[in-house]
Amino acid sequence: MYGKGILKGLGVTLKRFADTYLDDISWWMQGKKRYFTTEGVAHRSSKNTRGIFTVQYPEEQLIQPEEFRFVPFLVHDGDDKKDVRCTSCGICAKVCPPQCIWIVRTNDPNTGKPVPQPAEFYIDMDVCMNCGFCAEYCPFDAIKMDHDFAIASYGRNVYNLDKLLKPASYYAEIRPLNYQKEEDARKAKEAAKAAKANAAATPAA
Amino acid sequence: MTAPASTTTIDLVSRFPEFVTADTRPGFSGFIVKKENLVEVATALRDEFNFDLLSSVTGVDYIADNKMEVVYHLHRTTGGPGIVFKTQVDRVDPMEVPSLIDVWAGADFQEREAWDLLGIKFTGHPDLRRILLWEGYEGHPLRKDYQEAFFEEETKPFKSRWPEGHHTYAEFKNPFRDNIKLPENFKLDNYQPENEDQLYFSLEKSSMKHTSENQMGTDHMVVNMGPHHPSTHGVLRVAVELNGETITSLKPVMGYLHRNHDKIGERNTYLQIMPFTDRLDYFNSMANNFGYAVTVEKLMNIPVAERAEYIRVIMAELSRIQNHLIFIGMLINDLGSMYTPSLYAFEERELILDIFEAVSGARMMCNYFRFGGVVRDIPADAMQKIKDLVHDRLPAKTDEMERFLNENEVLVGRLKGVHVLNAEEAIRNSVTGPVLRAAGVPYDLRRADPYSVYDRFDFDVAVRYNGDMYDNYLIRFDEIRQSLRILEQALKQIPEGPINSQKPQYQVRVPAGEAYGRVESPKGELAFYVVSNGKPNPYRYHVRAPSFVNLTAVETMCKGTKIADFVALLAMLDIVMGEVDR
Repeated sequence: MYGKGILKGLGVTLKRFADTYLDDISWWMQGKKRYFTTEGVAHRSSKNTRGIFTVQYPEEQLIQPEEFRFVPFLVHDGDDKKDVRCTSCGICAKVCPPQCIWIVRTNDPNTGKPVPQPAEFYIDMDVCMNCGFCAEYCPFDAIKMDHDFAIASYGRNVYNLDKLLKPASYYAEIRPLNYQKEEDARKAKEAAKAAKANAAATPAA
Repeated sequence: MTAPASTTTIDLVSRFPEFVTADTRPGFSGFIVKKENLVEVATALRDEFNFDLLSSVTGVDYIADNKMEVVYHLHRTTGGPGIVFKTQVDRVDPMEVPSLIDVWAGADFQEREAWDLLGIKFTGHPDLRRILLWEGYEGHPLRKDYQEAFFEEETKPFKSRWPEGHHTYAEFKNPFRDNIKLPENFKLDNYQPENEDQLYFSLEKSSMKHTSENQMGTDHMVVNMGPHHPSTHGVLRVAVELNGETITSLKPVMGYLHRNHDKIGERNTYLQIMPFTDRLDYFNSMANNFGYAVTVEKLMNIPVAERAEYIRVIMAELSRIQNHLIFIGMLINDLGSMYTPSLYAFEERELILDIFEAVSGARMMCNYFRFGGVVRDIPADAMQKIKDLVHDRLPAKTDEMERFLNENEVLVGRLKGVHVLNAEEAIRNSVTGPVLRAAGVPYDLRRADPYSVYDRFDFDVAVRYNGDMYDNYLIRFDEIRQSLRILEQALKQIPEGPINSQKPQYQVRVPAGEAYGRVESPKGELAFYVVSNGKPNPYRYHVRAPSFVNLTAVETMCKGTKIADFVALLAMLDIVMGEVDR
């Protein structure tokens, strides 16, 4: 019969249409909200989603996985921006594919020798290609990729040290698993160092 | 499961002792052919040694030796390793090399690219115009002595970034008036922009024989489709000559998205190229990463961690599934059924992209592969989601998609019997990927020349025999099903263990030599040709993009068909301009 294929196809669309409302009713019967809740968004991006699956941005937002990366930021410990993790070793600037990281190293004014702290640090966010190499290869866990993607502005986005620095607590908040892993590794390293120092001290004593 | 491809080499030197020598440079392989006898040797390779598929043509500028080299990579569509031969010419303009377009028609666009970017003149090529840059461009940018407008240094990392990296904008350092190089005796008042006579002339030449068969003397009309045409999937422009509604001649015009990916690659370090490959075929960054990683690993001669091999296969196959879903959706879109089928396809793609995001950090620009492995392991929740999709959802949704569309009378009417490409034409034009397989050639690199761990999986090479658009459409479904089969096995077999065989390092050591690595990307044979001279940056980096080479056949496919079908054909070729223009 000519037209059977079209009718079959229309059957599929009709089923999809009905699925949306069936899901709405079943959620309503269970007393759960399907829209504008995290639970609802999570369900709509799971394997069980059927019917409508769009997310009403910005009222609803997709749940970001921990590894999601946007632009980089610098991590500082403590509350004020003094305790910077960065040692201005320059690895991030060297590995950056579009070369958008600019670092001025601090030199000791008396000796002229480099001090492990950046004097100036710029990232040209308009040039950044969000590859995540800087965070991946930083040996000091000082530069990390941010989750905040709403950075559009009317001007150009060259971030300086002040704008780049964010506390470690923020980092722990957006990437809890990674943070925990790094903290554990650091503690293990410190413990090993202490044990070694003890072992070295014992025979002497 | 097939046996690993045999590694017997062809002894071309004893066949042609007078003008073929083996390439004995350390790290290099293949043969060097005297340019005067190039066509003879190429014909013998095609007819006597059965190398029917011209995979890649490219050039390398050895400025220190004062030589320009053209590199040809040949393969057999029956599988097995390929052969590489080169020809050298003195680096003095005009650098003339005979064209191989009569031996393999697939050399057409690739030779034009080599002329455009390197300035190698292919004598005997009937239409040697610039292809990626515009007519009237001064110079050939892939030559080693060419410097681009915002030139800073030969290679990255630039010294101005650290330790004295005071930020400046590129345009302040290099003001506009200084960064354009004008030819000698250039006067703005006398400047005449290049017209496109050459392009239109190339059309007419090929259509002369078609005119006035009915003695009516009707005029042919030239229509420019694009670059701003919604059906061209980006900024592809096509100059079409029409007799009524029938296409008599056609030339694609590209380069509107050109950024000279090859030159960017040569400025970058090996690792820095990885995120740039994401931007080639931006639907399949995983497949692009795969191809580049395979090539550099070949050059570095390092193993890949076992678990990483499986992760790579899983990601590449997921990528193939979402690419084919998009293909189906957009093909139907171009046929005029706006949005409903394409959004159904996008729904499954969205779920796959969620996995990519959880694993690599980005939905499309994944940058996930590293030399020797991958960046990080698949998180537990993402792994669960992959299993759910592969075992549960995707097979059911593929069935639903087929039920939805396959028998649709409008779709069948538009696709069946249109644009028949037969196997010989396809091979002659170096077409690869689903388009070749739909023409009846079961040539799939995963089986023909297995890379990574593809030889461990049980799957069929999807093949259809009519070569029309309907077969091209159906073969995508076949491939999705085969990919799901591979994924099921990979998820079952994936071992525990480290995800990289190397220590993470931001600058890798690559010994001098050359490597040609190729993978089966969803669009066809994606290959990278990398030449290293032992420095941190590749000496030559070339991408053999499947979309670009597949476009060579478009004129053959279209002649004599209606212009309305051309729109569907472009969707069917599944081109991505990020890859065509590079």
